[in-house]
Amino acid sequence: MNIVALPLLIPFALAISLLLFRSPTIGRWVGPLGSFAIFIVSLYLFSNLQTNGILTLNMGGWDAPFGIVLVIDYLSALMLVVSSLILVVVSLFALRFLTDDIPLNRFYFFFFTLAMGMNGAFITGDVFNLYVWFEVMLISSFVLITMGKKKEQLEGGIKYLALNLIGSFLFLAGLGLLYGKTGTLNMAHLAEILRNDNQAVLMNTSGILFFVAFGIKAAIFPLYFWLPASYHTPNITITTLFAGLLTKVGVYTFIRFFTLFFVQDQPFWHNLLLITAGFTMVIGGMAAASYYETRRILSYHIISQIGYMIMGLGIFTPLAIAGAVFFTLHNMIAKTGAFVASGMIAKIKGTYQLKEIGGLYKDNPLLAVLFIIPAFALAGIPPLSGFFAKFMLIKAGFENGNYIITAVALLTGILTLYSMIKIWNEAFLKKQPDNQAGKVDVKLAWPDYLPLTILATASVLMGIFAASVFSYTMEAANQLIEPSHYINSVLKNKMP
Amino acid sequence: MLSILVGVLYTAGVYMLLRRSILKFIIGIIFMSNATNLLVFISAGLVAGKPAFVNGATTNVSQLADPMPQALVLTAIVIGLGMAVFILALKYKYFEVTGTDDLDQLKQTDSQK
Amino acid sequence: MNSIILQIASKYVRWLLVIFSVIILLRGHNAPGGGFIGGLLAGLSLAYKGFAFTPELLKTEMKVKPESFMGLGLMLIFISVWPGVFIKSAFMEGIWFTIPFPFTEGYKFGTPFLFDIGVFFTVIGVTVLFLFSLSNNKSWK
Repeated sequence: MNIVALPLLIPFALAISLLLFRSPTIGRWVGPLGSFAIFIVSLYLFSNLQTNGILTLNMGGWDAPFGIVLVIDYLSALMLVVSSLILVVVSLFALRFLTDDIPLNRFYFFFFTLAMGMNGAFITGDVFNLYVWFEVMLISSFVLITMGKKKEQLEGGIKYLALNLIGSFLFLAGLGLLYGKTGTLNMAHLAEILRNDNQAVLMNTSGILFFVAFGIKAAIFPLYFWLPASYHTPNITITTLFAGLLTKVGVYTFIRFFTLFFVQDQPFWHNLLLITAGFTMVIGGMAAASYYETRRILSYHIISQIGYMIMGLGIFTPLAIAGAVFFTLHNMIAKTGAFVASGMIAKIKGTYQLKEIGGLYKDNPLLAVLFIIPAFALAGIPPLSGFFAKFMLIKAGFENGNYIITAVALLTGILTLYSMIKIWNEAFLKKQPDNQAGKVDVKLAWPDYLPLTILATASVLMGIFAASVFSYTMEAANQLIEPSHYINSVLKNKMP
Repeated sequence: MLSILVGVLYTAGVYMLLRRSILKFIIGIIFMSNATNLLVFISAGLVAGKPAFVNGATTNVSQLADPMPQALVLTAIVIGLGMAVFILALKYKYFEVTGTDDLDQLKQTDSQK
Repeated sequence: MNSIILQIASKYVRWLLVIFSVIILLRGHNAPGGGFIGGLLAGLSLAYKGFAFTPELLKTEMKVKPESFMGLGLMLIFISVWPGVFIKSAFMEGIWFTIPFPFTEGYKFGTPFLFDIGVFFTVIGVTVLFLFSLSNNKSWK
């Protein structure tokens, strides 16, 4: 199954080619076409997964518990497909929205290394390898967040870097302790050992370190401060890329680790997850409601919606996990869409401040329609993708008797709707305020609309074909809840 | 002995992280990175006098150290090096731009606007 | 820094460092050494010049940009990944063969060695890039 390594090798090759050939015309073509190639490969892997079952590849020919193994199950494949769709969209978006002080080739180089790190984190079956891919991703994102050389970016960059570094150290420490206690790093092997052994002490110290580390990466409640402090500083393209992908990798590792490893002491972990999820949702939602700058509103929104994904994990029934996966996929698309839309508004009006803009509905109805699709998807209005995701989570919450968290989730839905309507009212419906002197009205050409159109279409399609997406996520959830299949296909029953 | 060293390094790292100066903050991060590396090493079994390399002569496995933590720590050190250089460069730029080394000045991006 | 001793010494020590780094690179894989540490030493030899004179001088005198070093190195790594697929079964699988050489038992050569050379060049590029980025005075807004 050598094709499994392609999501890593393609971005690697593209990054090298950008390093060696520095002409901007090459970057202009390599960026979008390369991302499209990754997308095609992900789709191919997904269809291959459906016919052949879980795909594995032992790197370097070393057998499973000893060497590094790459695994693609339903969760990885779904994340790969959607994240590579985001890559395509952002690469198109970058062509039109990067400012002149960011060289296109440099941007695409780090774009592809980030893509490589992310894909690696999705498909690896080895804990330490996961750490390495995380670092690859983080280093690229550090460079990206300071690209453009503005003062706020330095400040945001320091905050982002410092907190994420501490997260990485905690991850590494937890991993080292886990290796010391179990003697293996292979995820499937670890899962098997932890399942056969009832000593909670094996997991708990590493567990809490992992929880904090991934909590920082995924920006859950007490650990989210780096996100709103840094996400609004860089160029909108880079913010979009981060908003769509980075925290979701954290959520992915949460789902992966909590289903595979946290088998002992489950009530404690699930309650911890549910409590943090509740706080994350409410605080993110409230903070979003208090701002009048689109990027800040949307940044707090990311936090609020991470809460939903963690909630699905905390309820821990197949339906809830399927809901969490569905929500993650939907959120990647819709959140990227919302950020792209805010970038377009800012390009037309020259500012992100909602109080200084208005009247876009009359001037640009097409943008209004394209904005309202991801916005309503985020708020959870049927028949868009967000409705089904929230519906699954809330149904699972009621079925399992977690009434409080479900009520919180419903309440947060209203907060989300409120802040989306705030953007809509302020930017689109309200008249352009007179006090603002320089009313920049940049006309957008058709390539500017392309990224948002793709995302809006994807969001609508995900709502219309919710049944089939639902069956895929259910499949993913079943594989996660019952990991014996995963363990067997990695270790191939060769374990002593 | 080494476990005490890890504890001391973590303590020093956390203490430095809580200082107001950015440079001391970075030193704290570097301390923590080294403490983590040592922690991985110790928890995964650090033994004296046993190499992890196999040359044809050694056949007895008990004479060898587990090479895995060495590989892990080596990778972690390399990553830590890159991070340290990056954050130092960032700090240097920040100092050039603002002329301040005070963490309390880092509040512009959080202010309500 | 402006020390005449350092400047003159740098001329000779640099080449020693380069030779030493190549030796370290070649003895790698099954003995301590290899691409990373060799690359650091070779990068150090360039950095040495940067310290003895100024990094700007090094920047203007370097005919090859550090990015190209990195590109070359990563390219070699990328190439070394493939033979395993076609000859054996998986990516990055080591392929070894022996090059006969008179008077010795021959030199073992393989894709991991290619990988090591790739790491070597990448690390040189990265080290020099670190030096430049820590010393450059481009103004920020």
